[in-house]
Amino acid sequence: MSTALESPAATPAFQQVSAARKVKNGIATTLVWFSFLIAVVPLVWVLYTVVANGIKRIPYTNWWSEDLGSVLGDEVGGGVLHAIIGSLLQGLVCAIIAVPIGMLVAIYLVEYGRGKLAKATTFMVDILSGVPSIVAALFIYALWVTTLGLPRSGFAVSLALVLLMIPVVVRSSEEMLRIVPDDLREASYALGVPKWKTIMKVVLPTALSGIIGGIMMALARVMGETAPLLVLVGYSAYVNWDIFGGEQAALPLVMNNERVSNSIEPGSVGFDRVWGAALTLVLIIALINLLATLFSRIVAPKKK
Amino acid sequence: MSESSSTRTPTGDPGGRSSSAKKVPEDPISEQPASPAAQPPASEKPKKVRAGDRIFQNLTTGAGLFVVILIALIGLFLLVQAIPALTADKANFLFSHGWSTNDPGNMSFGILDLLEVTVATSVVALVIAMPVSLGIALFLTQYAPKRLSRIFAYVIDLLAAVPSIIFGLWGILVFAPAIEPFSQWINSTFSWFPLLAPGNVQPNVRGTIFTAGIVLAVMILPIITSLSREVFERTPTPHIEGALALGATRWEVIRTTVLPFGKAGYIGASMLGLGRALGETIALAVILLIPQGRDFSWSFFDGGSTFASKIAVNYSEFNNETSAGAYIAAGLVLFVLTFLVNFAARAIIGKKGD
Amino acid sequence: MEETAVKIMRPLSAVCIVASAALVLAACGTDPAASTNSASNTASAPAATGTAEVKCGGKSPLSAEGSSAQKNAIDIFTQQYTKKCPGQQANYNPSGSGAGVKQFNANQIDFGGSDSAIKDADAAAAKTRCGSDAWNIPLVVGPVAVAYKLSGVDKLALTPSVIAKIFSGGITKWSDPAIKAVKGNESLTLPDKPIQVVSRSDESGTTDNFQKYLGAAAKADWTKGAGKKFNGGVGNGAQGSNGVATAVKGADGAITYVEGAFAKDGLTPALIDSGSGGVELSAANVAKSLDAAKFVKDGSNDLALDLNAIYASNIPGAYPLLLTTYEIVCSKYSDAQVSQAVKAFLTVAATDGQQPLSAKGYVPIPQSLQTKVLASIQAIS
Repeated sequence: MSTALESPAATPAFQQVSAARKVKNGIATTLVWFSFLIAVVPLVWVLYTVVANGIKRIPYTNWWSEDLGSVLGDEVGGGVLHAIIGSLLQGLVCAIIAVPIGMLVAIYLVEYGRGKLAKATTFMVDILSGVPSIVAALFIYALWVTTLGLPRSGFAVSLALVLLMIPVVVRSSEEMLRIVPDDLREASYALGVPKWKTIMKVVLPTALSGIIGGIMMALARVMGETAPLLVLVGYSAYVNWDIFGGEQAALPLVMNNERVSNSIEPGSVGFDRVWGAALTLVLIIALINLLATLFSRIVAPKKK
Repeated sequence: MSESSSTRTPTGDPGGRSSSAKKVPEDPISEQPASPAAQPPASEKPKKVRAGDRIFQNLTTGAGLFVVILIALIGLFLLVQAIPALTADKANFLFSHGWSTNDPGNMSFGILDLLEVTVATSVVALVIAMPVSLGIALFLTQYAPKRLSRIFAYVIDLLAAVPSIIFGLWGILVFAPAIEPFSQWINSTFSWFPLLAPGNVQPNVRGTIFTAGIVLAVMILPIITSLSREVFERTPTPHIEGALALGATRWEVIRTTVLPFGKAGYIGASMLGLGRALGETIALAVILLIPQGRDFSWSFFDGGSTFASKIAVNYSEFNNETSAGAYIAAGLVLFVLTFLVNFAARAIIGKKGD
Repeated sequence: MEETAVKIMRPLSAVCIVASAALVLAACGTDPAASTNSASNTASAPAATGTAEVKCGGKSPLSAEGSSAQKNAIDIFTQQYTKKCPGQQANYNPSGSGAGVKQFNANQIDFGGSDSAIKDADAAAAKTRCGSDAWNIPLVVGPVAVAYKLSGVDKLALTPSVIAKIFSGGITKWSDPAIKAVKGNESLTLPDKPIQVVSRSDESGTTDNFQKYLGAAAKADWTKGAGKKFNGGVGNGAQGSNGVATAVKGADGAITYVEGAFAKDGLTPALIDSGSGGVELSAANVAKSLDAAKFVKDGSNDLALDLNAIYASNIPGAYPLLLTTYEIVCSKYSDAQVSQAVKAFLTVAATDGQQPLSAKGYVPIPQSLQTKVLASIQAIS
């Protein structure tokens, strides 16, 4: 007995890793590193292009505080304030509508759903994610403008964006809710907490940071959509706070206008505006993302 | 008895997720603590709580129903707009190439080309994006140091903020010219292989499915990666530690704990990516060149339009209901295609979750 | 608590970085390159000198939509309009001629911009919307270039017949003798490359006018008809003017038709020889073509131009391939506010707005046309 305790735990105490396993491990590691490196190249390339091409006109106050109502297509000057306001308003209204609906659907699928309706719902969410932005826009046009007779407006754009945002919110929330450990739920039920309170006060806060990440991803995507803007709202070169009437601008619309009516050769004003607007959108979304992360960190329950 | 049943009903069935092994007989145990003192409040509680539960349940079920109805409405809209055009179509809608809808009295259009291009671009995008996303997600959660992982995760999320029109412009103005030598090389070296033979936009290799598919892969990468990463990150530590304690190598840990746990999430994320790829509109409209007078020639170096990009490119000239209906009919086919693809995917992969 | 503090610190510090960036921005001030006034006004074509009274006021912002080819011109008009009528605004949505007509007929906009005159079914729908006839008022004229990229060839002359054959597949190589045979090309060495034709894949007024031109000027060689969709059946289509320009820039031996303003930076516009020698693309040369302008409805206030006369013309030194954009208006608006604003805007456009156009590649309308245009505008009620 003493000999066994005296001698230190030498290698024979543990099993050797066989060569085959080592090789598999090595291959896996290589593949994973490889895929990472492959992916890094285009990702960094795109972001670099956006930053490098867009940075020229952005660091000046007029870019952020003026609109394009008083400059010509190829005159330097003016700014995209009208587009920033439009994009933010449309995105905000879209989020206000889409996030509650999306999360309720996700909760339904994870906590309540059983049987045919749940199967149909999850299937339909996948279908909705495949609906092209132009079809969503045409659908809202047929509903809002043709059937209901209401004018084109930023609100109609928000409605189309809701259609595009819901699937992403649902899917990501659903996944986050699913991986909340059952122990938490069971503990809550065992304490006599009703189901809906369990969901609201235990399950959701636990999954919150992941859900917020999913919402941010969805928001980022819809704020960059062009097709609904082309169909459902007229372009305004001036600031317009009224989302329910009249023309409104948005960042992708500015980009599209320049692409359609101006030369976008490197060095031209059109070029600066297109990439500048793109960089502006990325920066705004990055900022919203940061604020959302901050919010979720403050609100989320401590993990360990 | 009444209080035990009242404590059970509100908590109720934990929904369509857990097994039914939860129905542990509580009566003998809970009956004791539920002494007369607890009775009055206990008999009040069930009414309030039950109502709250019911309201909440109806709310969420309503939301689910809303989504189903929404899709039905969209399908209906597509059908109603498309039917007049379909009946006026002189060519076989599903199986002919070519598209001529200018004269409402003499339309002949077929979606075969659109179908082929849509499927080709989406396939290229998925084939590239799915393994790469998996690799990145695993890398960021299992292999990379925490700092690098956080920074890089943020960079990838930032990429989702880049608008699709910019991806199109980047694709055609920056990416395509840069990989042109590579594309040319593949085109000439592998021209004997049907899928890589010179396409119908020869000798142009920039505005092809090859380029578009790669750009599309870059576009859907953030979605798949981000969601997969979130899921992999939340693999329960006991599982991982257990595997490590058994002497597993890193890969074996991943294979036995992270992947099974995250499989459903990864598949769900990939379906989102697929949906995005099928429905991408503006980026493909900007990149793809459209061959005039030549059909799809089964090569990745072909050009053409997808369902979505065709509608977008021609939207501004929807002059009359019948011609517009032809394009809506194309949208309808995409709708049905999405149904079929999702159906097939679910059948192959099996039931999710549970 | 400390852990939460640490967790908050990182994103919070990032927000602080952003805040300080904003302060740096404020320090940078306004873009020094911003021009407060248009630069040189190198008028290469004389602008009409008529003036007319402008009654400012009415609906603001005015909403218009239509052809993207005239977006830059409308910007100039808007600038002059806001100068003349301070406080008034006008918006223009460059979503395409078809969209312009459609939204006009749907009563969503005040006037539309279209590269082809409104007629037939559209005109009937417009009449219903207006309660009166709809008029076409030509205010923006611009050249369409036949632009190519061919290394080593800086100057190329083409006849309508050769152009028609190239764009319908009759001529497929640059070395074709028919190209060499055009007067002015004798000294050129044309390589044996295939000609890559690039056309507009989207429905476009530019395509419509180009095909109309070929049908009028090269009747025997262009049998494909006109229309907003390219009927040539050869080459590749790209989306938008920038799309075709990019496609040509990326391929040696490519040729396309595109608005004059896009035929630069790697593209070269060809000279067009209508029978009296190759004519360079320039505003002055297009203005000469406009002298042959005739109207479809002579004597009416609807000023749709008979372009076939211009296209088939053979005035020496005149560049015939042009694009006219019409503003589609109601002859009588039901809302007096709209009518006043439309009249004010169009009057400024027809007078002060024409001179700056030449700097942007458009052609100011000649005097004779301007008089008629002003008369029509005045007649709007």
